[in-house]
Amino acid sequence: MNWQLYLVLGTPLLGGALLALWGHKSWAASLNIAMSIATFIAAAALTAHIISEGPLITANEQFFVDSLNVFLVALTAFVSMTTSLFSRPYMRVEHAHGKLNDNRLRLFHSMYQLFVFTMLLVLLTNNLGILWVALEAATLTTVLLVSLYRTPASLEAAWKYFILCGVGIAQALFGTILLYSASEKVLGSGGGALLWTHLETVAGSLEPTVMSLAFVFLLVGYGTKVGLVPLHNWLPDAHAEGPTPVSAVLSGLLLNVALYALLRCKVLVDGALQAPFASHLMMGFGLLSVVVAAFFLSRQKDIKRMFAYSSVEHMGLITFAFGMGGPVANFAGLLHMTVHSLTKSAIFFAVGHAAQKAGTQIMDDIRGLMKISPTVGWGLMLGSVAILGLPPFGVFASEFLILTSAMRQQPWATPFLLIALGVAFAAVFSKVQPMVFGETNARRLPHPPALIPVFAHLAIVLALGFYIPPYLVDWYHEAAKLIG
Amino acid sequence: MNLPLTSQIINLLAAIMLLLSFAMLTQRRILSLINLFALQGLTLTLSTLVVAWSTGQDHLYYSAALTFALKVLILPWVLHRLIRKLSVKWDVETLINIPTTMLVGIVLVILAFNVALPISQLAGTITKSTLGIALACVLLAFLTMITRSKAVPQVIGFLAMENGLFFAATSATYGMPMVVEFGIALDVMVGMVILGVFFFQIRERFDSLDIRHLEKLKEE
Repeated sequence: MNWQLYLVLGTPLLGGALLALWGHKSWAASLNIAMSIATFIAAAALTAHIISEGPLITANEQFFVDSLNVFLVALTAFVSMTTSLFSRPYMRVEHAHGKLNDNRLRLFHSMYQLFVFTMLLVLLTNNLGILWVALEAATLTTVLLVSLYRTPASLEAAWKYFILCGVGIAQALFGTILLYSASEKVLGSGGGALLWTHLETVAGSLEPTVMSLAFVFLLVGYGTKVGLVPLHNWLPDAHAEGPTPVSAVLSGLLLNVALYALLRCKVLVDGALQAPFASHLMMGFGLLSVVVAAFFLSRQKDIKRMFAYSSVEHMGLITFAFGMGGPVANFAGLLHMTVHSLTKSAIFFAVGHAAQKAGTQIMDDIRGLMKISPTVGWGLMLGSVAILGLPPFGVFASEFLILTSAMRQQPWATPFLLIALGVAFAAVFSKVQPMVFGETNARRLPHPPALIPVFAHLAIVLALGFYIPPYLVDWYHEAAKLIG
Repeated sequence: MNLPLTSQIINLLAAIMLLLSFAMLTQRRILSLINLFALQGLTLTLSTLVVAWSTGQDHLYYSAALTFALKVLILPWVLHRLIRKLSVKWDVETLINIPTTMLVGIVLVILAFNVALPISQLAGTITKSTLGIALACVLLAFLTMITRSKAVPQVIGFLAMENGLFFAATSATYGMPMVVEFGIALDVMVGMVILGVFFFQIRERFDSLDIRHLEKLKEE
């Protein structure tokens, strides 16, 4: 019996139910925050438990926690907590501007909690079938959030999101079926043959042909959700048209969670094939995403769309790192997952407030944020500098590690990565600079912005750039070993 | 000689599945499309039942019942209600180039058989020869989706894809574990509810369910 695990999953589920009833009340945003804080406390307790006691398999082997997923559980719970803090003033302003009515506010609060629940279920389940079901459910909970404003553009974005991710994830289901057909021969039919802990022990004896084909389907399926080029089409639209708290959790959390699903499958395929088939595919898709997204950055006019492309770029970089494999690259990949998630959500918080102040998301019309609100301006500036990989922020450390291991393991890829990072730097910096400095056109808002989450995230990213505490290093090493 | 006969029945049902997929690919009337979808669900139920009976896999009976309830009764009923409420019941789509679409479909079938061949040879199930057809159904449903410009037919294509996937699961492995099948069924149900809401939102905003209105978001 492990109470921490049940609390981690039960709190957001309960929150979703409560907010479905009372999500339109004036105290609903506070309840949303309270539930998210409770989830985070439970996740912290679970993390402490795993660190002291080691991996955990519970509830008839249906749940499995090791150092790889507990780290993502903690990150997910943390970012969803800070996002709930940010969303309170943000949604109040949207409500005051008449963009939302009570019903849609209720929908937002309830679906937000359920979305967090499905992501935590993806991370904690031991059953690859349930993992698929939960990831599909995560899509379903966010579709109506993307179309929350009911503008033509947001409806289009949500429709695209639903159809593309639905089709993509159907491919992943086919991959899961193939994987099951391979494992059933070794483990026998029944529930055991989809449990990851069982699969891992017999990975070496799974049929290689079937497994390699299964991985292709899984990569296409889960890769659509990760936002890998050329499957990324839904991502910029969904980020730009949905409410900003949703953009923050999509970029900061959902992409990570989808990548986690892919990583779990990669471990099995590597074990079955004893050849770097999965690695090569992941490196290819990763590198393509980095390069294509970097060149798209400079062509964007909408600020949220630009940072969505930046997410594609960074997810590509992480996929590439895991594709290279080995202790250093995996370590760098995990670190980059952490810092990207924190930095990108901080940027979206700042962008959300900036867009509300300027009354637009078009970058040419946002000017001189520093004049009207230095904190929002600095938040956006520092966040952009951090995400572009400038020292001393943590993103620099992880990108540096990825680049040095690329030079050692895959030297051919280094020039592409360096050019892409340079292009991305030029594009983002030249667009953010005039938005922050210069003359202003921004207005005052009826509710003060929540800037604690922005600076809390950036402070952690900055701290990680200077010094990674030894227990965190051990933890990453532990998790990196699991990925192989 | 019980087994060869059941295999033959299963192969026959698989062939019907494939035929229905082609029929859906070229069907222009929404109402007929829904009926074809229900018929495909029925074929899937029958083939699951035959497999369950001939192999003694008890959980496949539940799977068949689930398929019957969801794909033959609930979803077609919901779709019928939806098109009545949206008053698109007698809508006829103009499909361009049906012969070309059919040819592309045939190429997809050949492709599916080639991809499935190595797996079929390795699978130990009596249904292994139908895996190629299952994959072909998935791909044809996908083609149905991308050749349509109206929202409801696109969604029917999406659901037909789910049919193909369930068929693949019985072909390759005698079905997924029950808990997973329930989960998938739940997702499909919730997805359908959300889509229903979505149809009304789209129509309210655009006065039409034509997806060609939804092509504004593009890279310049």
